[in-house]
This record gives sequence, structure tokens and C-alpha cells, in this order.
Amino acid sequence: MIRIVVGVEPIDLPAEQLLVEAVPGAGAVASFTGLVRADAEAGTGGEGRRVEVLELEHYPGVTQAALTRLAEEARTRWSLTAATIVHRVGPMRPGERIVLVLAAAPHRAAALDACAYLIDRLKTDAPFWKRETRGGEARWVDARDGDTVRAAAWE
Amino acid sequence: MRLLYFAWVRERIGLAEEEAVPPAGVGTVADLIDWLSTRSDAHREALADRWRLRAAVDGDFAGPEASVAGAKEIAIFPPVTGGMT
Repeated sequence: MIRIVVGVEPIDLPAEQLLVEAVPGAGAVASFTGLVRADAEAGTGGEGRRVEVLELEHYPGVTQAALTRLAEEARTRWSLTAATIVHRVGPMRPGERIVLVLAAAPHRAAALDACAYLIDRLKTDAPFWKRETRGGEARWVDARDGDTVRAAAWE
Repeated sequence: MRLLYFAWVRERIGLAEEEAVPPAGVGTVADLIDWLSTRSDAHREALADRWRLRAAVDGDFAGPEASVAGAKEIAIFPPVTGGMT
């Protein structure tokens, strides 16, 4: 099973886990959940303004295709029984789930590796742009080189 | 062709999308950005930092030398910033 969801609704983790567990053949399910962080501004020693709202913009259609391609690559490489990516878009508050990755396989090593692969790759391969609001002021977030390095490590 | 803009490119141009018919000399993504820069002051400012721009041709990420011949949809946007920090 490949399941890709990109939408503004809150992410229902238990429901997604049940869908993955229902696919026969799995002996292990690995999951990663990303939460919106209330990080203080960089270089302020934790004293700066915290994130109040994080807004995610995406390229509809292309996002879905990019995530589907990634999940299919992972399924083939690790012989997964199921791969799920749920990605939130639109405005979110700190503490809310922004992304969920589930990978199911007969044994734990494949599930854990596939899950790590998917989360590293989707940060660089999918067309998402983040805008943070702090102190009522909105700002687009710059791309981080570290994400590209982590994704390249899988090549 | 249909042009799509995202994130601060969209905000600076003041449009999410527009239709355009580039002249014959526009063969690549880089040519297209050069030509679009002449459309308005907002286009010129939004597209000034070439190294901060990325593009997709008909839904596939594409570099500045990629061909735009026959393309139906070209998107121009900043580097992507992933799903989480």
C-alpha cells in the first residue's frame, strides 16, 4: 500500500497506523512524526521571538507526484508492505503535527531505514515553502544546506 | 504557457499565476527568467537574485539550462524548505 495525503486537516496518527497495520505481511512498522516547533529566533540565545504560526505553501499536484515517487522508491528498495506520507499544508501552530511517515516491512531494519530515508528525502525533494510568523511579523524560511547533505547521504 | 509563482516570488510579483507567450529567442529557463524580468518592475525585483530561484517545467524540477520549448506550465520559486525544521 502506498498512501499519500497532502492537506490542511490535522494529522490523525492512530488512524494512519491502523491502515498500515491492516496490510498483510508486516512484522514491523516504523513511524516518524514531525511537530511544529516554537523555536526562538536564531542567534538570540533563546531569548528571541518564538514562532506563533507556521504556514506551509506547496505546488499542488507536483507535491502529490513527488511524494508518491519517493514512497514507491522506498517500497521497492526495502520491500515494504506499506508506506504512508501525510503532510500538512496551510497555517499551523507550534505543537501540531506537520508530517507523518510510516513504513511497514516484515522486519524492523527495513522499516526503520525506509522511514529515515523518506523523512530525509522529502525535506529536499518535495515542493514545500515555509513561512513563520513571530511577533506578528511573517518571514519566509531559507533553505538549509544541512538538509541537502542529509538527503545526498542516501545516494 | 502558464506561469506559476510560489512563496516570496509570488508575493513580490504580486501574482500566483499568469499566461505568457515568450518570443522565439526564449529557449531555456534562464532565457525565460531574463524575458519575464522585463515585464514589470515587480517582476524585475522578484527575479533579480537568480541564484535564489528554482524552476519546474511541466511539474519536473529543472535547472537554468533546461528547455522550455513546448512547455505548458513553468513554475518559478525559491529553494524548497521541507516539511519541518
